[in-house]
Amino acid sequence: MASATSKSYFWKGFRDGTPFIFVAVPFGLLFGVFATEAGLTIVQTMAFTSTVFAGAAQFAALQLLQDNTPTAIIIISALAVNLRMAMYSASLTPYLGAAPMWQRAFAAYLTVDQSYACSIVRFEKEPDLSVPQRMAYFVGSVTPITPLWILATYLGAVLGAQIPESWALDFALPITFLAMIGPMMRTFAHVVAALVAIAVSLLTVVIPFNLGLLIAGSAGMIAGAQAELILERRKLQR
Amino acid sequence: MTQTDPVTIWTIIIGLAIGSYALRFVFIGLVGDRPMPTWLLRHLRYTAVAILPALIAPLVVWPSATEGQPDLPRMSAAAVALVVGVISKNVLAAIFSGAATLYGLLYLLS
Repeated sequence: MASATSKSYFWKGFRDGTPFIFVAVPFGLLFGVFATEAGLTIVQTMAFTSTVFAGAAQFAALQLLQDNTPTAIIIISALAVNLRMAMYSASLTPYLGAAPMWQRAFAAYLTVDQSYACSIVRFEKEPDLSVPQRMAYFVGSVTPITPLWILATYLGAVLGAQIPESWALDFALPITFLAMIGPMMRTFAHVVAALVAIAVSLLTVVIPFNLGLLIAGSAGMIAGAQAELILERRKLQR
Repeated sequence: MTQTDPVTIWTIIIGLAIGSYALRFVFIGLVGDRPMPTWLLRHLRYTAVAILPALIAPLVVWPSATEGQPDLPRMSAAAVALVVGVISKNVLAAIFSGAATLYGLLYLLS
């Protein structure tokens, strides 16, 4: 194993992942605050943030918990938010699939938006990288944010208990999510998926147990996939 | 705030921890070098962008804090956060402009 060059790729990843500190720290703080507001203890909050390790799904679970949703629906809905992790895992497989099992098991835990976004760009740009170099880069890209995410959650949980209710925090969560949705609108198909999901979610709001969320999410996914197919066919016809 | 049953919370935490890990592990760990069906990848691409708006839309139209009455500050804040996010592609800029709109209007209208 070329450990010297792997080390330099670890630091390349570290540098590329550093700017995400400015996203991970405020999100971690917010999650800590919301978790405390939702009635979680500090131990529960820390177990949540360090084992699930996925901001959007954690926020989704908290919102549904406050709406008194049945436990099974909370878990399914939050996992649906995390289905993109399966996509990341699938997309990284051609680059990292040949690594030893223990490394792949470790990489799976560290698969988040930031490590995926950094790594896929680098792997496509430098197709000649060895598997150890890629793995070093991947781990490096997530090293700056992981400890800070966990620390920020802790600070948020400690501070959250002292925030008065008049601060209208009920709506901080929807704002956070909407802010995350904007940058996801990369193609027309993404916009179609979101619009269909919104329309169906408003129509199905009367269905009990928040099942409308899963129906709307599935409808949005199918709409996005179909829009992508139609757009591709049109391109081919020209 | 609402008192939540610890068994429920731990069930959710453990369920999500195992489920999230399984989702991350399934391809890189189990599929290895084999190719994946394109129809599956095509649907997976739109999961986050469908589920998150579906979660938020009813909360924006019928907010719980106003007992389901449509509310101008909250709707405006939602619109600002979404538009700033789409234009700037910057999550934090969108959060701060949405929050500024919410608190600004709540203050002006109270």
